[in-house]
Amino acid sequence: MRLYAVVAAGGFRRYATYRVATVAGVFTNTVFGFIMAYAYTALWDERPRLGGYDLAQAVTYVWLGQALLAACATIGGGFEDELIERIRTGDVAVDLYRPVDLQLWWLAADLGRAAFQLLGRGVVPMAVAAVAFDLALPGDPLTWLAFLFAVLLGLVVSFAIRFLIALSAFWLLDGAGVAQLGMLAAMFFSGMLLPLNIFPGALGEVARALPWSSLLQVPADVFLGERTGWDLVGAFGFQAAWALALLAAGRALQSVATRRVVVQGG
Amino acid sequence: MLWNGLRAYGLIVAMWTRSTMAYRASFAMMAFGNFAATAFDFLAILIMFSHIDSLGGYSLPEVAFLYGTAGTAFGLAELFLGSMNRLGSRVRDGTLDTLLVRPVPVLAQVAADKFALRRLGRIVQGLLALAYGLAALNIDWTAVRVLMLPMMILSGAAIFGAVFVVGGAFQFWAQDASEVQNAFTYGGTTLLQYPPSVFGKELVRGVTFVVPLAFVNWVPALYVMGREVPLGLPRAVAFLPPVVAVVCCALAGVAWRAGLRAYRSTGS
Repeated sequence: MRLYAVVAAGGFRRYATYRVATVAGVFTNTVFGFIMAYAYTALWDERPRLGGYDLAQAVTYVWLGQALLAACATIGGGFEDELIERIRTGDVAVDLYRPVDLQLWWLAADLGRAAFQLLGRGVVPMAVAAVAFDLALPGDPLTWLAFLFAVLLGLVVSFAIRFLIALSAFWLLDGAGVAQLGMLAAMFFSGMLLPLNIFPGALGEVARALPWSSLLQVPADVFLGERTGWDLVGAFGFQAAWALALLAAGRALQSVATRRVVVQGG
Repeated sequence: MLWNGLRAYGLIVAMWTRSTMAYRASFAMMAFGNFAATAFDFLAILIMFSHIDSLGGYSLPEVAFLYGTAGTAFGLAELFLGSMNRLGSRVRDGTLDTLLVRPVPVLAQVAADKFALRRLGRIVQGLLALAYGLAALNIDWTAVRVLMLPMMILSGAAIFGAVFVVGGAFQFWAQDASEVQNAFTYGGTTLLQYPPSVFGKELVRGVTFVVPLAFVNWVPALYVMGREVPLGLPRAVAFLPPVVAVVCCALAGVAWRAGLRAYRSTGS
């Protein structure tokens, strides 16, 4: 356990060294936040209370998306590129000899990375937004806590999906195509482009049931006070169930892949 | 010098294209992925319009027209110069030095570096949205308006291209700040997909007079659609995009040279 804490701290520190890149990322997130917040404002002006959100909630949703984009590695930038590269070159064989669990090791490193991205790239755009727009920030500290817990679960789901994507490189050797499909799905089905609760009909129902909704839609609804009481417990349960299922799938795939590597001799 | 640069660019592009085409199935998948990735943001606009009839006073075909022109112009610039954001990593790891000693303009080498033909996906997607917009709109076609279409797409591509080059030049100083470039390129095209009435006056002023992205499509497209040009500017500004493009490219050339002169190798 202590080992994984050290790995997570290492992940945090590693990304904390890219200061200029972080500032550049904050700038980009802020620019995109402004553009999308204006577009949402035009949409909500036309249809107030669309999807059950008022205007302030809709604008806050945009900025939550920008704050969580890097942390969830929605459009890449997580650990998966490195693992895919290690699988492609065969270096992963060395990792498998180590007396640590491959999945937990990368989970710890990725959570460390995500924690830095959340602080480094999430806080400033949100602060800028709070000055420029009328945001729906929760007044109750418990809501903030619940939000952070939902974000944590979302990060685990995000990791678990990307771990599966990375492992596909054992079979495909080149993981770029699958990684790209993964990013597409994450971008669209997390609710990054538009809140999932305004997706029409069956598309909306399917989108809300898929694991990616844990990345943004669920944490955002917790933050915006749309999920309270038993509904909040349900939200956590939904995320936790996906996290466990996907981690278990990753574990199963890992053991199949490991046997395959041994057979191939690395 | 210019001819030499273009020739070198062409040769490097041909080399990368041949290497991509060695794996045709992989190329097809990546090009389709590129197409789908950009198609999703048009799908988001369609979902918006499933709830509304007009956004900022503009109908779906009008937004599709704006989306298509911005997407196509940006797609062209990205195809030809999209590799510019790799410059920072080349400065960091010292591989830029290799490019400096070759008797070929550095800009041509950096721009053609890892030329990705799969980016055609975005252009195709932009053209489809544009075709839909044109078919659904009731434009009062005149010879001038017809000619404005290719004019605005080529000028728009040149303006975005200048932004790519300036972004590349900026990376000589700020090596790991390639994301700043994304704010102006990908952010810019996202902005131009929506009508100017959606945004605050200050923002519209900024992208008209400071970073003149408004000339990529807003200004000429509103003229073609028979709408008022933004900010109450005279209608004649709709014919300015080629001029703006030339000025932008000249300024980008100056910025590029300044950046290249400021470059100090890491020595590795």
